[in-house]
Amino acid sequence: MPQTAGTLDSQQKTTSRRPAGTLYRGNTGMWSWVLHRITGVAIFFFLLVHILDTALVRVSPEAYNAVISQYQTPIMGLGEVALVGAIVFHAFNGLRIILIDFWNAKYQRVLFYVVIGLWVVTMLGFVPRHLINVFSH
Amino acid sequence: MTSTIEAPRSPYSRSTKKSGVNWEKWGWIYMRVSGVVLVVLIFGHLFVNLWVGEGVSALNFAFVAGKLTDPFWMVWDILMLWLALIHGGNGMRTLVNDYATSRISRGILKIAILVSVVALIVLGTLVVFTFDPCPAGAPADLVASFCKSL
Repeated sequence: MPQTAGTLDSQQKTTSRRPAGTLYRGNTGMWSWVLHRITGVAIFFFLLVHILDTALVRVSPEAYNAVISQYQTPIMGLGEVALVGAIVFHAFNGLRIILIDFWNAKYQRVLFYVVIGLWVVTMLGFVPRHLINVFSH
Repeated sequence: MTSTIEAPRSPYSRSTKKSGVNWEKWGWIYMRVSGVVLVVLIFGHLFVNLWVGEGVSALNFAFVAGKLTDPFWMVWDILMLWLALIHGGNGMRTLVNDYATSRISRGILKIAILVSVVALIVLGTLVVFTFDPCPAGAPADLVASFCKSL
């Protein structure tokens, strides 16, 4: 589509400006949305595996213990830190989405920093204790 | 070239299909309602299984047997199973709608999601309701202490 120099100039002017008037393009709104999707997919695939490994209690105590002992290794212990981190973010950001939908969208940015703050506090309460449990056994 | 831009926030509707139920709306509501319940259920699950006592190091068959013979935890786990799988399956459906570009790939992926969710709900529900904490012939050091009195 041929364009005159005038329209191209105005287009460049428009795109060079920061996006405004949208919750989801650029900045905190977009990144919280991206993280929500990535953590959601990760949690979904863990859930599939986790139901299968728990179902081994129906096979035999030996079969279940063999698999659950894999969760107690140092590498999987670090994986559990990542898993809990993903779940805690998805949980708090999900509550943020509900507040945006039913309360007031104009607080979405400050609510994102509340989510980050609550995530840090929750992980400080979990990670040291969990790592001690994993590495002292 | 002119194109019509619909009024923002007008509900999505298929003009050819006259369905009385707005399923996308109910899916949207389900994600929020189940999400709030799941925050409580999963945080409680993580607290009891990973934080209390020796956390992940204490997990074994006898630990699970203690929980799955308690009606409180049976209801807790069943609710978590159904709510989380449907929540996750519906979330994956949203991603497939967004990122799978052809009609055939969308169909295959959505059927795969549906089959996985239904199969795991059936499997998990059967495990919780048919669980035997003291299987015959199991070594005494692997099962819960209450099996001795049987």
